[in-house]
Amino acid sequence: MAITSLKSGISTRSGMVGNTLIYPGSYESIATVTVSTPVSSITFSSIPATYTHLQLRYFGGNTAAPNGSGFIYFNGDTTGTNYYDHALYSDGASATSTADANGNNLPYLLGDLNRWGVNITDILDYTNTNKYKVARSLGGHDGNGNGYVLLTSNLWKSTSAITSINIQTSQSFIQYSSFALYGIA
Amino acid sequence: MAKTYTPIATQTLTASAASVTFSSISGAYTDLVLVMNGQSVQATTYDNLIIQFNGDTATNYSRTRINGYSGGAAGERSTSTTSHLIGPITGTSYSSSIFSPSVTNIMNYANTTTYKTAIYRSNSQDGYVQAGIALWRSTSAITSILIKTLSGSNIATGSTFTLYGILKA
Repeated sequence: MAITSLKSGISTRSGMVGNTLIYPGSYESIATVTVSTPVSSITFSSIPATYTHLQLRYFGGNTAAPNGSGFIYFNGDTTGTNYYDHALYSDGASATSTADANGNNLPYLLGDLNRWGVNITDILDYTNTNKYKVARSLGGHDGNGNGYVLLTSNLWKSTSAITSINIQTSQSFIQYSSFALYGIA
Repeated sequence: MAKTYTPIATQTLTASAASVTFSSISGAYTDLVLVMNGQSVQATTYDNLIIQFNGDTATNYSRTRINGYSGGAAGERSTSTTSHLIGPITGTSYSSSIFSPSVTNIMNYANTTTYKTAIYRSNSQDGYVQAGIALWRSTSAITSILIKTLSGSNIATGSTFTLYGILKA
């Protein structure tokens, strides 16, 4: 069913990243974590179950090489075999695809001070207790001569409703890095 | 919870135009989302849309992108360019009734500490799907966005452009 914006009159099917748009009133800010001193882990907990989908928007960097990756865990589950991811990415020269059966490596390319990384992750049907959970991301960073762009799909093999999200890096998220969690009705 | 994702402005072209500009953009949001459904009057199968921030036409832009088309997939990089390319759009010689959607997220656009990164996904119906990430090497807050075609051809009548603001908690 198409959803029509009362304000713009434009119809859309959903507000997921890469789709057309969100309609006003359906997208709410749940919480934001902004890093003031470097940390290696951030957590959103007690996520309300009142939405249909979640969107996590990241802007930031890490303290090591710009290509440092982030790791995402749901509900404290750090068992690698419960996650599976596929990725399609470009390093600016070629296109490459990968799969990781122990894919708790959320392909967050973190960037650094001069090439801030961004990622927008949609977590679909996060409260549904009959489905495994799937997230998808669009992200990357560019440093005027280096960088990556990345599309990913992440599976969490659990039917539990997602109530917490933990994002880690083996380095540290630098000052001003920001993680903003939104709910989509 | 605070509702957000607010329409800032919409432009629908009733006549072809060389460019579209969003100016006096409020700094009240965290991210911007630019949603476009465009077409170029260039008499080829496709053109490209480009954007510039704050009237900056110097070589302060760069990008990394990935392309998919009937012949395969490829990566591409541009450095020190004078604009951001944000994806292909259909040209009128392909079809006058087909437009190309593109969504560009401009992150943390109002901060004055960091360079600005935008990320987009777009496609032209003649055969390209594309995603890319673009850096503008400026710490200025983004207050205006100029959109035009790479070829210099006009943007076609009926093209739509909507700018949204997202505010974090």
